[in-house]
Amino acid sequence: MMSDTKPARMKNAGVLALKDLTLLNIREFEDSVTGSLSAGGRLCALFGMPYRLGNSIMPSADVITLVAAIGHGREGVIEVAATEVKDSYPALTRHLPQANCFEREIAEQWGVRPAGHPWFKPLRFHRCYRPGRDAWTRPLDGEILPCVTDFFRVEGDEIHEVAVGPVHAGIIEPGHFRFQCHGERVFHLEIALGYQHRGVERAVTKGPDKRTLHYMETLAGDTTVGHATAYCQVIEALSGMDVPARAEDIRAVALELERCANHTGDLGALAADVGFLPTSSYCGALRGDFLNMTALICGNRFGRGLARPGGVSFDMDGSRGDDLVERLERTFRGVKGAAELLWETPSVMARFEDTGRLSKRMCRELGVVGMAARASGVEMDVRSEFPFGAYRISRPPVRTWFSGDVYARARVRWMEIEASYEFIRQRIRGLSKGPVMTDAPLEPSPDSMVVSLVEGWRGEICHVAITDQDGRFARYKVVDPSFHNWMGLQMALRDQQISDFPLCNKSFNLSYCGHDL
Amino acid sequence: MRSLFFPLLALIFSPFLLSIINRTKAIAGGRKGAPLLQPYLDLMKLLRKGAVYSRTTTWVFKAGPVIGLAATVMCVFIVPFGAQAAPFAFPGDFVLLAYLLGLARFFVISAAMDTGSSFEAMGASREAAFSALAEPALFIALAAVARKTGELSMSGMFHVMSVQGLDAGGNLPVVLLISAALLIIFLTENARIPVDDPNTHLELTMIHEVMVLDHGGMDLAFIQYGSALKLWVLGAVLMGCVMPGSGASWWIDAVLFMSGMSGLAVLTGVIESSMARLRLVRLPQLLTGAGGLAALALILVMR
Repeated sequence: MMSDTKPARMKNAGVLALKDLTLLNIREFEDSVTGSLSAGGRLCALFGMPYRLGNSIMPSADVITLVAAIGHGREGVIEVAATEVKDSYPALTRHLPQANCFEREIAEQWGVRPAGHPWFKPLRFHRCYRPGRDAWTRPLDGEILPCVTDFFRVEGDEIHEVAVGPVHAGIIEPGHFRFQCHGERVFHLEIALGYQHRGVERAVTKGPDKRTLHYMETLAGDTTVGHATAYCQVIEALSGMDVPARAEDIRAVALELERCANHTGDLGALAADVGFLPTSSYCGALRGDFLNMTALICGNRFGRGLARPGGVSFDMDGSRGDDLVERLERTFRGVKGAAELLWETPSVMARFEDTGRLSKRMCRELGVVGMAARASGVEMDVRSEFPFGAYRISRPPVRTWFSGDVYARARVRWMEIEASYEFIRQRIRGLSKGPVMTDAPLEPSPDSMVVSLVEGWRGEICHVAITDQDGRFARYKVVDPSFHNWMGLQMALRDQQISDFPLCNKSFNLSYCGHDL
Repeated sequence: MRSLFFPLLALIFSPFLLSIINRTKAIAGGRKGAPLLQPYLDLMKLLRKGAVYSRTTTWVFKAGPVIGLAATVMCVFIVPFGAQAAPFAFPGDFVLLAYLLGLARFFVISAAMDTGSSFEAMGASREAAFSALAEPALFIALAAVARKTGELSMSGMFHVMSVQGLDAGGNLPVVLLISAALLIIFLTENARIPVDDPNTHLELTMIHEVMVLDHGGMDLAFIQYGSALKLWVLGAVLMGCVMPGSGASWWIDAVLFMSGMSGLAVLTGVIESSMARLRLVRLPQLLTGAGGLAALALILVMR
């Protein structure tokens, strides 16, 4: 153990030997995380694991090691700090709202109590992973039902509470929403999830094995390429593989196609939510066209089976690239028309503008990521800040908007489609030559740690892997962008009309299963 | 028998107006759309189904759809059909029309409140608020027509409006103002865009649809058929003011009236395909605007 109290620093998808990971005491840990965040960093991941660090990591029954990964966008550096805790420790959330959900998750998974946490309740409603423990001292033999817990309440004669879900009218995932309303005005919204909890992180520990990749591709069904790429980067970094440039290009193309498909679908859904049929109908069809382009590359509309550790499993021969570009140009013209129709229709703009405003300051405090943060004027984009794969050579420009309302989130979506369109055309034209798969062996190095960041279409995807002495995952942590952003949606709803909730919700379009994992 | 021809037409063809609206929207959206008889098929399907009643509801919940439909059917017999008089016409019948619609609304709202669901209560509160603004506008608009035509029954009023048309000097601005006001009332009362979205599945944004979420089977059929009739009744009020008619030949009037109603359905479909819904807080402004237009028409005819 070193006496150095500085956290370790690493690059995106770089490997850190665990012996270089400084173990801080809880006070130093708190100071280090607080200092890094106030210096402009953001909390990419904060998690616990039932192991003690050392030259080799050792399973531990009573000690939980907390690991924080903090991204510094300006320098492109990820800081990693670690500490050991037992039953309780002073909560970081007292000073750092970003840590809210992370600390609730740690408490739920490992039965460690973050003392002084301002809104301490379960996140996914499952049993503690360490048998016999429970951070909330619930009876150990009883069943834990999702969302059976205290909710924030506003009291008063004219206050009413509206509970929505978990079963919704549309074909969407389950989630529970509690509104504290004064007439049509929302004072507070609280969102409780957990219905989709599958225990993926637990299922992939002791991996990687043949199943792992399939878990990764289905972490959030609409972000298949994003999560699969993040996972592949982890394995490639651990195994020291060099990924062929052509494979990186194809991955980037697929990632941008995924972005285009989802952004287009969302523009259509936003139009449908305000009852504007033309854009809604066009975008529904155009989203399918983008998905079919992904299918052209790899045979699956969502990009399953494309990214594999070491490269991609499908090459793009000459005529397929030309076909793709031709289809892309045609589809892009359609999206351009459908999107411009939105900006040109006053009744649509009247609904979008000034609805669900989220300030830049709030975004930074809550750690909101990705498209939602960019719509509030926060310049953050993993592709530029922590370039990975093909983005190390060229990357689409970061698109931001200033207003932070539904309009901004729609506008940023459109600008990103534009940027991705240019990027895809450029990448396919200049597609690198060579193989698409490396034949280097897949041998994850032991006692190592990798933090892999990818800019998925919703925002920053963070995968952290820590291997044991056999090169197996001791802990595999996944942070979907939705995990950060659900809190942003709750805050955006304050002082809004309850009838505008579906519109605000759609403008974020967060993943339930990505949150629940 | 002739006097029953038009009410029968209304009872049979009112769901068809919904088909025309839906088909217009489908064509505008590049879709094929549902079969034209779909509303009838839906009603038949619902009539065959049993209803499920929540244990928290009382007789009010069951009475809502029945009284709602009965009141709307009565409206069909007092609303004239263009230049042709209604089976029942008497001075001040438009007051009865407004309050029959009010009665139907009262019971649908009560049935919604009876479920104890926060969704339905929210819809009920919205429906009550917006119809409270739409009703005065309807009265002022019909008062302007009454003053203009010197008649006190709707049959008389619409007969004069249809037959004289724009012949009388200075009619055009009055007719335009009244029809604009009545069109807004028509769209509001029938839960169409820009006021309400009949196709949405989002409970939190609905007005009319959210009130009837708990009804099923025959009750829902009654409510849907009642809505179709209401579409017809308020459409007939609007058509009575703008659609020319002969007043003599009943079949010419029938053709004119039916084409007018179909045109109105197409117009509704076009409006729904070309604009977004208004924000809920803006609706009072729209409805006050409709009242303002009607009041202006009244001032013009009073001078």
